[in-house]
Amino acid sequence: MREDSDMSDLVNKMPLPIFDTPPPTPGREVEICTRIDVSHLSFFYGKFEALKDINLRIYDRQVTALIGPSGCGKSTFLRTLNRMNDLIPNTRLEGRVVLDGEDVYARSMDVVLLRKRVGMVFQRPNPFPMSIWDNVAYGPRLHGERNKARLNAIVERSLRQAALWDEVKDSLRKSAYALSGGQQQRLCIARVLAVEPEIILMDEPASALDPTSTFRIEQLMEDLKNRFAIVIVTHNLQQAARVSERTAFFLRGELVEIGDTEKLFTQPADSRTEDYIRGRFG
Amino acid sequence: MNSAAARYAPARLWVRKAKDRLLSGLMALMALAAVGALALVLLYLLRNGLRALSLRIFLEGPTPMGTPGGGLRNAIAGTLVLMALASAIGLPLGILGGIYQIEVKGRFAWTVRFLTDVLNSIPSIVIGIFVYVVVVLPTARIHPGSGFSALAGGVALGIIMIPTIMRTTEEILRLIPLSLWEASLALGATRWRTMWSVVLPAARGGILTGIMLALARIAGETAPLLFTAFGNVDFNLKITKPIDALPLSIFTNATSPYDYLHQQAQAGAILLVLLILVLSVVTRVMLSRKMYEGR
Repeated sequence: MREDSDMSDLVNKMPLPIFDTPPPTPGREVEICTRIDVSHLSFFYGKFEALKDINLRIYDRQVTALIGPSGCGKSTFLRTLNRMNDLIPNTRLEGRVVLDGEDVYARSMDVVLLRKRVGMVFQRPNPFPMSIWDNVAYGPRLHGERNKARLNAIVERSLRQAALWDEVKDSLRKSAYALSGGQQQRLCIARVLAVEPEIILMDEPASALDPTSTFRIEQLMEDLKNRFAIVIVTHNLQQAARVSERTAFFLRGELVEIGDTEKLFTQPADSRTEDYIRGRFG
Repeated sequence: MNSAAARYAPARLWVRKAKDRLLSGLMALMALAAVGALALVLLYLLRNGLRALSLRIFLEGPTPMGTPGGGLRNAIAGTLVLMALASAIGLPLGILGGIYQIEVKGRFAWTVRFLTDVLNSIPSIVIGIFVYVVVVLPTARIHPGSGFSALAGGVALGIIMIPTIMRTTEEILRLIPLSLWEASLALGATRWRTMWSVVLPAARGGILTGIMLALARIAGETAPLLFTAFGNVDFNLKITKPIDALPLSIFTNATSPYDYLHQQAQAGAILLVLLILVLSVVTRVMLSRKMYEGR
């Protein structure tokens, strides 16, 4: 952790960061509350600075979309939120990621508990080579649930939430590999829901799926955001516009702009954002 | 060939096509030669061995030299005992060693891998001598009159199994996609838990193949048993006593001057091949059944 004096010194030398303010709450009764607060986050692969001084907040019960051209750092950013980047050797992180007031990178943070609270869905469906039931029960078992009846209840509830129950309820013992790609991805979402996370990170969850499956995943997100904060990385701008309340545009490791999705897509504040959403680069 | 294709065909296309055909043909020939050698061995075994196979082979021990009759009961039982003992040593060490290679990087892990490769290339008879010095001689010193034992044979064969199993385990674990690791870790699993519940089960097919390879190899080893298990004309299942084994009996029978023993050697050879075959088929079937039903 950096010393305070160091930090202010660093901040003074930096270009003015984009400060992220809570959006107005159009038509939403629920009070908007910050779940994740990222400040001055930089991330390095060796010497390469993949993320440069990122400041943004993730709010509860909303979908935040991260867009930007390939290699802009949006996936890297997503993976800093549940410390999946810890697995990559020779990387370094500066700045703070605060989840509900707790520093995610503090020594006292238990990565196991962090990842239970901040679940992740990956680009390619990655079910375990086990039965459908075992896939969903894996997480709860991991966290100590042994009771078969309770596990059955969790499996059913999670599969229902992931809108997969009706399709698989008669074949829970079958291998997860027997499912289609779209079903596998919903199974992976059910697997995440089974550990009762508070925040769900999705790394291009629909990019390997056909349009119908994509549509189902998007419907699912619409459902899930009533209870979770969702952060989604996507290459599909229409998807970002459809599913998210707020959108962040990344470019070459910088957060160019973040704001209300509708506003970002209709009246972007930065000309680079406009170029990107008009398809001029990336 | 139509005219458009002719127009765009690069010069000397026929040379490239001819080369392609030549090399394909050559490869087919090589493959045929390799399979042919195997087929010849199997044919020879079947032609000579099947005649010698009878119920008696399974039920009777050897008769006194020169008296026709007798069977390979002792050798069959002995080989099974030896394989079990060797597995008890080779499987845990080999598999855990393979996992170690994946989980730990550094000079020591590198050294272990290098030494394993060296172990793999040591002639098996040297391992037999090693076990003779380390196990057989000390036993004989403590309990005069004993020394050679099934246990010593099992240790020798187990040591031979370790490098094969360790390297295949390592290679297979390396092939498990990172995405499976990530899926488990992202749910809050520890590395060890992920290895145990996700990665190892995903790799079990490949690891079993490695185990089968190792078992197939030790089932046919003769040299390391000469100074360890020693062989036994009496029926024995005690691991503290010398024990017979199929390759040992093939060796003694085939080098004997009697025709009926030559036939028993043929029978022993075909049994050895069948043993490996049955073992691999059974594991394959068990594996595929488990894979698709889950638990």
